[in-house]
Amino acid sequence: MDEVIKDLIALGKGLSITFRNMLQKPVTITYPENKRKFPARTRGRHVLHRYEDGRERCVGCLLCQGTCPAGAIYIEPEENTPDNPVSAGERHAKVFDVDLLRCIYCGHCELACPTNAITLENNTAIAGYTRESLLIHKEELLEPKGTATLGSTVAWDPKPPTPNTGDFDGSETSSAAVGQGDRPSRKRGAGH
Amino acid sequence: MTLETLGFFIAVVVKALIFCVALLTGFAYMTWGERRIVARMQWRVGPNKVGLWGLLQPAADGIKLLFKEQLQPKEAKTFLFVLAPMISLVVALCAYAVIPIDKDPVNIFGYSVEPWVSNPSIAVLYLLGVSSLGVYGIILGGWASNNKYALLGAIRSSAQVISYELALGTALVSPLLMVGSLSFHDVIKQQIDGSYFTGDGGWLILAQPVAFFLYWTAAVAEVNRAPFDLPEAEQELGAGYHTEYSGMKFAMFFMAEYVNMFTVSSVATTVFLGGPGGLPVDDSQGLLFRLLAHGPHWFLLKVYFFMFVFIWLRATFPRFRYDQLMRIGWQFLLPLGLINLGVTAIGVALQWKSYQFTLAVASMMVTLVALSLLNRKEKH
Repeated sequence: MDEVIKDLIALGKGLSITFRNMLQKPVTITYPENKRKFPARTRGRHVLHRYEDGRERCVGCLLCQGTCPAGAIYIEPEENTPDNPVSAGERHAKVFDVDLLRCIYCGHCELACPTNAITLENNTAIAGYTRESLLIHKEELLEPKGTATLGSTVAWDPKPPTPNTGDFDGSETSSAAVGQGDRPSRKRGAGH
Repeated sequence: MTLETLGFFIAVVVKALIFCVALLTGFAYMTWGERRIVARMQWRVGPNKVGLWGLLQPAADGIKLLFKEQLQPKEAKTFLFVLAPMISLVVALCAYAVIPIDKDPVNIFGYSVEPWVSNPSIAVLYLLGVSSLGVYGIILGGWASNNKYALLGAIRSSAQVISYELALGTALVSPLLMVGSLSFHDVIKQQIDGSYFTGDGGWLILAQPVAFFLYWTAAVAEVNRAPFDLPEAEQELGAGYHTEYSGMKFAMFFMAEYVNMFTVSSVATTVFLGGPGGLPVDDSQGLLFRLLAHGPHWFLLKVYFFMFVFIWLRATFPRFRYDQLMRIGWQFLLPLGLINLGVTAIGVALQWKSYQFTLAVASMMVTLVALSLLNRKEKH
């Protein structure tokens, strides 16, 4: 019987804990009025970036398409014409489709890109009513003209890439030349 | 039939309808309250999107249940399958025929309206009997589903219900012995008009705290509510006897459970907390005093307090294993109820006042604790 009394007191303590919990503020973030602050390396929807002079960073090298484990990227490259240099290299991407439903948001395309063109930003509210609406094309991916951000590259790479101008003449095949940071240049030799 | 009899019948029907509507609306908002309060106790917010504060959530849930496809297993016996939830719900609602929500008849537009549907002299007996019929709904639901796991869940649930009915009845007998009548109206009158210190009145929870504790535990188990809800927990054997039910039939089982909760809470307030009784003021000195002394608002307040305790218990405790559950019913609640009954019977024979009952019951508990301490085996 005394055990019962002790157990009942323990039950009472449990009840008081829940009662106190009820009077405290809940920890829920009431979406959509309030939203979470995402960390800097959040892998959300993709963005294609530009250089400061307005040219696109993407040179249509198809590295991201090759490395994508889900096959979500489809690119058709096109040669740059001298009077309309869309990108800072020899060719640009004419068609750049990302299927947001196939994408697994792993970030490999961001890591593979030699010019820091494609990054995954923090837009995670990706929804649509049809499958077609979630297959986005280059216009939606590209940054607007006038903006030239680096996106989440700065979060993954502690040293921000310099320069951001896109002027390189091909004499150096270094990361710095394409604006990917101060990594040491690779010497061209056998096996490279 | 005279006009007076006709008037009486109409009054009874109207009151019964009002009770039914009030109970079903209460059931709907009880689900809202439960989700919000359990959420708050878990540091989260409950549903708050559907209406202001989520108040239209029960309406949305009701519409959803109405539109759900009503599946019926191929080999299920249709008649029993459809009948079982009806039995549960109707029986649960019938119990409200004897519960009074105010002490004296009120005057509405010159007519004297009694604030209860009926006031038989065997009200408690009627209520216990009708609640026992609810077991039929459970058993038929499990059997008619043609699902051996639903049947097992139904058998477990009905065994639990009938075991705790015994404990419930035994716990209820002690305060009723003090009142000397099975009519709820007499119970209320004694609690409100009597005095705790100089007579045999006052709220019966003060005179019979052990009976209240036993009654409340048995009531929670009777309604299959946490922490005694093993037969219907989703993690156990599907969902027990209502596994195969969907749509409105499931909603009816659900309604029956919540209306049963309201019923046992109402009986608890009527027998132990003085029903519609309020502050101990004289009720003949005007409207304010009349409302302070007793009224339906006090009754509602107390019933809602008990419903809050149901929710509180559900949010706090893990559920009992089935054998622990049965052990509590038979080996703890029943013996304690019988001992309490014995002490109460002695008191009634000796015509004790209310506070003397409290002292007697308290000394009974102290004796039991002392005996258990003496009997404790020495640990080596």
